[in-house]
Amino acid sequence: MSSYLPNTEADRRKMLEALGVSSVEDLFEDIPKEVRQKGVGGLPGPLSEDELVRHLTALSERNCHLGQCVCFLGAGIYDHFVPSVVDAVVSRGEFYTAYTPYQPEISQGTLTAAFEYQSMICELTGMYVTNASMYDGASALAEAAFMACGVTKRDKVLAAKTVHPEYREVIRTYTRFRDVTVEEVGYKDGVLDLEDLASKLDDSVAAVLVQSPNFLGVIEDVKTLAEMAHDKGAMLVVSADPISLALLEPPGKLGADIVTGEGQALGNPASFGGPHFGFLAATKKLLRKMPGRIVGQTTDLEGRRGFVLTLQAREQHIRREKATSNICTNQALCALMGAVYMASMGKEGLKDVAKLCYDKAHYTMERLLERGFERAFGGPFFKEFTLRAPEPVETLNARLLREGFLGGYDLSRDYPEIENGWLVAVTERRTRREIDRFAEMAGGEKK
Amino acid sequence: MKKPVKLLNELSKPGRRACSLPASDVPEASEKIPEKFARKEDAALPEVSEVDLIRHFTRLSQLNYAVDVGFYPLGSCTMKYNPKVNERLSRLPGFLNLHPYQHKDLAQGALELMYGLKEMLCEITGMDELTLQPAAGAHGEMTGLMVIKAALEHRGEKKRTKIIVPDSAHGTNPASATMAGFEVLVVTSDERGNVDVENLKSLMSDEVAGIMLTNPNTLGLFEERILEIAKIIHDAGGLLYYDGANLNANLGIARPGDMGFDVVHLNLHKTFSTPHGGGGPGSGPIGVKEELAPFLPKPVIVKEGNSYRFDYDRPLSIGKVRSFYGNFNVMVRAYAYIMTMGSEGLRRVAEDAVLNANYLLERVRENFVLPFDRRCKHEFVISGSRQKKENGVTTLDMVKRLIDYGFHPPTVYFPLVVPEAMMVEPNETESIEELDAFSEALNAIAEEARKDPELVKNSPKTTPVTRLDEVTAAKRPVVTWITEEE
Ligand SMILES: Cc1ncc(COP(=O)(O)O)c(C=O)c1O
Repeated sequence: MSSYLPNTEADRRKMLEALGVSSVEDLFEDIPKEVRQKGVGGLPGPLSEDELVRHLTALSERNCHLGQCVCFLGAGIYDHFVPSVVDAVVSRGEFYTAYTPYQPEISQGTLTAAFEYQSMICELTGMYVTNASMYDGASALAEAAFMACGVTKRDKVLAAKTVHPEYREVIRTYTRFRDVTVEEVGYKDGVLDLEDLASKLDDSVAAVLVQSPNFLGVIEDVKTLAEMAHDKGAMLVVSADPISLALLEPPGKLGADIVTGEGQALGNPASFGGPHFGFLAATKKLLRKMPGRIVGQTTDLEGRRGFVLTLQAREQHIRREKATSNICTNQALCALMGAVYMASMGKEGLKDVAKLCYDKAHYTMERLLERGFERAFGGPFFKEFTLRAPEPVETLNARLLREGFLGGYDLSRDYPEIENGWLVAVTERRTRREIDRFAEMAGGEKK
Repeated sequence: MKKPVKLLNELSKPGRRACSLPASDVPEASEKIPEKFARKEDAALPEVSEVDLIRHFTRLSQLNYAVDVGFYPLGSCTMKYNPKVNERLSRLPGFLNLHPYQHKDLAQGALELMYGLKEMLCEITGMDELTLQPAAGAHGEMTGLMVIKAALEHRGEKKRTKIIVPDSAHGTNPASATMAGFEVLVVTSDERGNVDVENLKSLMSDEVAGIMLTNPNTLGLFEERILEIAKIIHDAGGLLYYDGANLNANLGIARPGDMGFDVVHLNLHKTFSTPHGGGGPGSGPIGVKEELAPFLPKPVIVKEGNSYRFDYDRPLSIGKVRSFYGNFNVMVRAYAYIMTMGSEGLRRVAEDAVLNANYLLERVRENFVLPFDRRCKHEFVISGSRQKKENGVTTLDMVKRLIDYGFHPPTVYFPLVVPEAMMVEPNETESIEELDAFSEALNAIAEEARKDPELVKNSPKTTPVTRLDEVTAAKRPVVTWITEEE
């Protein structure tokens, strides 16, 4: 029997005896006979540890991973460098085998780290408060939309078409069942169309949801958008790339009410899309409207500093159907990875990462422009940009793959109006040689 | 080891760093960030050396209690041992470093694993189709309720806007109902700790969409009249939702699908041994009966011959509840766990979990009030109301004292239907010696409550910090080191 089950046959007999029953079956007598099973049928296994390792290793080898190809694919998940300290910290059983810190006296490790995470996310976003994590960037944006509806007592949100298509889909699903209307705002030259926004923005709108740099790579004019939203009593919610915030003015300083985002870029491996973490940060005014766990500082009986889960009166275990959200288990360990990453990079390192991304992305674009690609939008970008390819992206990416490159995201499904639209992401991990070769394979001879 | 912990910002010194990045090998971009978009003031992230950073987080880790440290009988959370091989496997580069948008032909191993996990979870629960997309239990609840709502709307039954939730239910149940746009009707518990069937009947109407149940329920008791309840709900045109937080007690014993449930969520971070991560990540797949399958989130993984792909062509789907496909690396661990245990092993898990809980209850029953004196399943709820009344010692005091004895406290003050509740879930991964030691500690504390109540009320004494002032924390919230400086 498995090594995870310590009770021996003798132990079991002893326990059954203490209970005055003859077999373990007797403990299940309150279950209706009609539904009682004789065991789970037809599962594979059991496998020994060595057999298991072989089986899963074989499965994993049927995938091509980012160490085996050169990645220019992003669209929400990025191939950033993850320093060794991240895994060293989160591999500690004291962190990963604990649960939500309900008992602060024996959870100061998790609580202190979460407080540090919150502090660093607020530094980056320019906001007053953040929670200890959301499921991902998409659900964080959807929760922000609900927050705005709750505060403004309005039931319509405007979502920019330049927001990640999957995020918009999540927002549509979340809102559909709560009678919140979502209207999309079009884009012009790669950024939200201000005229379209002005025509849709009225005093029934709770929030304008944007992403910056947006899904197409272009930086949005957050300040102008905030002013337009506030003019009509609506909130501005910005979904941001945390790495970009080392170089870009934080949305909090530009008037955003809520800043959300996907935290994967902060020290979390791509993991086929999860687990990572979402962040949700807001202004002081919204402190008590936040969803999810928040860690606060306090003192113990002897006056020593300590940390606790705080403002819990917002949460499901207290407020039940009136809670600000249903979230309970969050993505704490992934947020811890984010915290270790931010501390590891530090003030200068994160700027260096951002600058490398910026320069390499611009270098890549120039190389591709020399080879028959066209820049789709003129606006400023950070680490990702949209090009019009000279051929359908499917054939382009297939050719690149044969040369060991994961090409950019094919925009044809989500943005068919951008002919042969190709979204290319470049992180600090790409070398000049990789970029030169990529451009050569993508476009052939220099034009 | 009691010296105060400095925070990262207090350790920070300009010029230090804990990372090594490559020098740039490309020219500086000629296109500059426009002034109006450029950051004016650097984000004040800490500047620490790598040694500082590792010592800081190692020190923090030592302030935590965890399953790897000791017994963690936190009821409703299934804090079972997290197998180390699963950690290793989840970090295989072929799982860890996959991009969600890489071509399916480059991810067949991942898809095969997800498909295999889905099939195994369907078999275990007795459901027909399953999505792995939800990120946690509560997320699964919301998703499952949305599926129910979409299915009812598709049937043309828009007026079914109410969902029944027991008074003993976990807080996420009613909160998820709100997220999915339902109004909550509360059904009371009867004197055996089960759903009061008469009260349930009185709540039924053609506005009821269904009921959310946990079985065994949050009192650790099996809903004995589950088949009758299922009939009442189904006859009235409603659907049954199963909160899988307590599935550990049912593995190989009784399947929710056979009990009449139409939608089931699972917590892979409970039943299937994936670590709780200090609060997450988890994974909350939902399984459904055939009729509801078209409404599941998209994409759905399908197998064609020997290959796998994502099917996005699901016109009735509710859409998506998160980006991509779910918490994939959590799925890897759950898959590995099921493969390790096999059919017989999983049955044994449930047997030992239930045996351990009953044995532990037997060992402490004399000293505490038992709100419902019957066989429990994988966990039980006792009350500290006697100690509160007779000695002025609360459940909170007693569980704080447990910390001094070296144990993690059980879940307390939940479920709400039991005053001074202590909810104890020992799990199958604990030995009889551990159960004996825990019961001795709990009994000793009951004795201390009688003889030396102040000792219990002033606990814990052995921890890095003593009890913390939660009232001030909420009144004057300090939520970052920036607020503190203001
Ligand atoms: C009975 C019950 N239902 C639902 C949940 C919610 O699950 P999660 O925390 O994974 O969202 C819990 C979690 O503790 C629970 O105990």
